[in-house]
Amino acid sequence: MPTVTYAGTNVAVNDEGFFTDPDQWREDMAPEIANAAGIDTLTEQHWQVLKFMRHEYAEKGTGPTVRALGRTSGVSIKQLYQLFPKGPAKLAAKIAGIPKPRGCI
Amino acid sequence: MTKRIVVLGGGTGGTLTANRLRRTLDRDVAITVVDQDDSHVYQPGLLFVPFGLAAPEGIVRSRPRQLHGGISYCRSTVERVDIDNDMVHLANGAALAYDVLVIATGARLLPEETDGLTGPGWRETVHTFYDYDGAMALAAALADFDGGRLVVNVVDMPIKCPVAPLEFCFLADWYFQQRGIRDRVDLTYVTPLDAAFTKPVAANTLAGLLAEKGVELVTEFNTGEVDGAGGRLVSFDDRVVDFDLAVVVPLHGGAAFVGASPGLGDEFGFVPTDQHTLQSMARPNIFVIGDAAAIPTSKAGSVTHFEGEVITRNIARFLAGQELDASFDGHTNCFIESGFHKALLIDFNYDTQPLPGHFPTGVALPLLKESRLNHLGKLMFAWLYWHSLLPGRDIPGVTTAMPHAGKHSPAAADR
Repeated sequence: MPTVTYAGTNVAVNDEGFFTDPDQWREDMAPEIANAAGIDTLTEQHWQVLKFMRHEYAEKGTGPTVRALGRTSGVSIKQLYQLFPKGPAKLAAKIAGIPKPRGCI
Repeated sequence: MTKRIVVLGGGTGGTLTANRLRRTLDRDVAITVVDQDDSHVYQPGLLFVPFGLAAPEGIVRSRPRQLHGGISYCRSTVERVDIDNDMVHLANGAALAYDVLVIATGARLLPEETDGLTGPGWRETVHTFYDYDGAMALAAALADFDGGRLVVNVVDMPIKCPVAPLEFCFLADWYFQQRGIRDRVDLTYVTPLDAAFTKPVAANTLAGLLAEKGVELVTEFNTGEVDGAGGRLVSFDDRVVDFDLAVVVPLHGGAAFVGASPGLGDEFGFVPTDQHTLQSMARPNIFVIGDAAAIPTSKAGSVTHFEGEVITRNIARFLAGQELDASFDGHTNCFIESGFHKALLIDFNYDTQPLPGHFPTGVALPLLKESRLNHLGKLMFAWLYWHSLLPGRDIPGVTTAMPHAGKHSPAAADR
């Protein structure tokens, strides 16, 4: 199982870089993960989404899809794409230390 | 004392559940099925209508005639369910009290939720084959299509039958070759997923087939707007895919009444349900089967069929005050039509992704591989649907739980 170091701590990740154990995540790791994905700064809006992702994961066992994020996170889909380019649900999940959203089969 | 079971929805799930319950339970349990129309559509047939491979009349039958004797049928739209008072309120003002409620109302298409999809071009250059009217209109458009860019697009997940858009691409390649104009047609499959399919082993096989058949694959595309007049699909992050003919699978949601019933459904109108017992999360006397459920399976008829055995057992146990059976394993079994009289077969569940091998055991139908036998299986399945599945019977040789026998696990490195 591959590992990566964030904020001085070794964490276990899968081969796509997603946390395999969300409990290993700490808030101070998020800026580093975001940097590695090309996001320079995490604004308040970024954090609103990240907190929502972790909340959804805790409640439902999976992160939300883009459509669900657009509906219930308080941030519009257009904004989500500006905050987390290319695949907001995937990228926000990675930075929030939760597994890739199931996204249905 | 008479117990009352009310089944909302007389489609695949509602019909097979009502029939199974009628056979299992005594006559002191009254069963009523409610649906808003009398036309039962064999939905897997819709894929074939646009290519002239199925006659529209051949895929529709009378809904009440699929129900066994001893089951009441009520044609009405459901307005809402009062889960605190165990009451279904119908649009005509009547109300149905229940001891057990079965929600089998499926998933509906929400094309108006995507900007421009039902605007200029709808039913002319922008189509869907996911309902009866759409499949018919697309048949006419395809017959007139003489060349250009044909784009198949899934707006977002979840959708019913996630393989059907891929099957459409494979059949389109075959269809245009039959017409001798394949070299004049550009085929593109546009998906919000990051691969042709979600599971790795199957994604590889299906992406390979797309490439082999000359279908371009565009991934991670979340459609924000359809410009019918200009022939463009525009994503939320401003990527553009041009088309001359667009075949779109719209956003899906649960039945409308779910949103009008406090405490019942999620933000998309699907009903959160225990994935192993099929009891709803809303109330213990509400069970859910088929596409209406928010559980981590595909929305597919095979899932609904396999759920039938478990939901029937659990409703009977619930009525008898017994513990429920948590045995539903998410078993899904899908034929994937690949053109030229061939098809693939995939078989999987909650824990096991689609794997190569054979189904149901070491011989019989090949998994994740094109074969003519699978294509025949898909065609024969229509007969089994009306004569075995809907009447609530098991299919010979096919168990409710996914069989592990006959499957080849990938090497550890590929997992």
